[in-house]
Amino acid sequence: MKERTLAVVSAGLSQPSSTRLLADQLAAATREEADRLGVRLDTRVVELRDHAHDLTNHLLTGFPSEPLGQVIESVAAADALIAVTPIFNASYSGLFKTFFDVLGDAALVDKPVLIGATGGTARHSLALEHALRPMFAYLRAVVVPTSVFAATDDWGAAAAEGPLRNRIRRAAGELAVQVSLREPAVAPDPFALSTSFEDLLSGD
Amino acid sequence: MQFGIFTVSDITTDPTNGSTPTEGERIKAVVTIAKKAEEVGLDVFALGEHHNPPFFSSSPTTTLAYIAAQTTTLRLSTATTLITTNDPVKIAEDYAMLQHLADGRVDLMLGRGNTGPVYPWFGQDIRNGIALAIENYALLHRLWREDVVDWQGRFRTPLQGFTSTPRPLDGIPPFVWHGSIRSPEIAEQAAYYGDGFFANHIFWPAEHTRRMVGLYRQRFEHYGHGSADQAIVGLGGQVFMRRNSQDAVREFRPYFDNAPVYGHGPSLEEFTSQTPLTVGSPQQVIDRTLGFREYVGDYQRQLFLIDHAGLPLKAVLEQLDLLGEEVVPVLRKEFDALRPAHVPEAPTHASLKAAAEKKVAAEKKAAAGEDAR
Repeated sequence: MKERTLAVVSAGLSQPSSTRLLADQLAAATREEADRLGVRLDTRVVELRDHAHDLTNHLLTGFPSEPLGQVIESVAAADALIAVTPIFNASYSGLFKTFFDVLGDAALVDKPVLIGATGGTARHSLALEHALRPMFAYLRAVVVPTSVFAATDDWGAAAAEGPLRNRIRRAAGELAVQVSLREPAVAPDPFALSTSFEDLLSGD
Repeated sequence: MQFGIFTVSDITTDPTNGSTPTEGERIKAVVTIAKKAEEVGLDVFALGEHHNPPFFSSSPTTTLAYIAAQTTTLRLSTATTLITTNDPVKIAEDYAMLQHLADGRVDLMLGRGNTGPVYPWFGQDIRNGIALAIENYALLHRLWREDVVDWQGRFRTPLQGFTSTPRPLDGIPPFVWHGSIRSPEIAEQAAYYGDGFFANHIFWPAEHTRRMVGLYRQRFEHYGHGSADQAIVGLGGQVFMRRNSQDAVREFRPYFDNAPVYGHGPSLEEFTSQTPLTVGSPQQVIDRTLGFREYVGDYQRQLFLIDHAGLPLKAVLEQLDLLGEEVVPVLRKEFDALRPAHVPEAPTHASLKAAAEKKVAAEKKAAAGEDAR
């Protein structure tokens, strides 16, 4: 059995939050699907609410507090990422965006990512495609084709085994396949020297 | 070990009373601060260079020459000299000139500058920052060591048969420190030339400094300038002191909360634990500063930032009194006792001149030996 790591980032604000609920369901389904492919996923969940002040401070000072620094390192080093946000004003929440603004532009390169979002009604669902997907594409992440949106309706009893479950399973399967195909992730080291001084001198 | 202060030359409103010094007042205040640094027994005064408000120091050699004329032992340096947007020819000329006027009491710290809009004002582009630092210094290094230079590069008009004047004092170029926060290329550059490396250190977690100094030391040894622990390292620090630490915290907090660089962000307590900033008693500053050695090794120069964020001149001069009377004498003694004999002091004009004379004498002796055979 291969061992890999899964980072789960939830930008939900309330307790309990439907965003975290969706993130947990996506993570559980991904673990199951990965299991089937011979990959054991070690999951670490990050609640961005816990780091909200540190995220603002990072914007202002240019460096993370120690707890936030550990979160950033763990997400950058993970083999896969599930990122879930509530939809505010037709886009991701500011807290969600701030985290990815300070994460570092190389942290998600070639990393398999499953995107999810929550909102009051299904009218918000395409924010996943016009806001989240382009941002992760810019960061050169590998976003799986199925994104998962959960509206208030989806959490009703009648929907327990409904379309949301199917979407979760499909998206989780896509993410698990991406993880199983890849070598373990290597987190970038910003202090590593990548060129020789001769190359620097010659302007190459 | 050398101790001193560095200033970024900001003109900032005092948040406690809303008053802002004029450019003239702040310029004269900085001269007063530098003279006081010598008076209380510090070794180094380093001045920043900026070309945009709210900073005044666009012409560091003018200021430093004026200070040199009114001091006798103070070593004059920069923090930093912009190696990216200045013409390296003008740096070669200006600092050799200053070296003569100050009888060799001059070194300089090179930095890139991280203010994007400044670059185009000088015909440059911040995206070439590293490349400019590498190429311009390669030229500066030659201008101070070769009497006649032919040169061609990417960023500047070619030179044919150019002699930079005046020649460095006694043929000894000013010692150069390369300053950087987190660009490994600059640590590499300092190591390649066997120059000093100055880690800004302030406003950043100690981990950055540990990694950068570690890289510089390892590469210094790689390039054959000595063992890793013989590399020449300088560090920044930021302090505000009162005899009673609660008084220091109470007095400094409004300046911290409104400071241009980090204000309105983390609390004073958070920032103090995350960065080298120390607000408290002289003993707390002594303990914290001695701790720097634990993650960078034995180092040669410690500069403190004491005059930014709108602090009034009076408070700054009181900081200098505390540094000179209580902090630096203890640090000098403690650091010297801890440092092994094979770790050198920071080079000075006198030590570099003596080393050059020794080298010439050794070469003469070797040549005489050849002739005798």
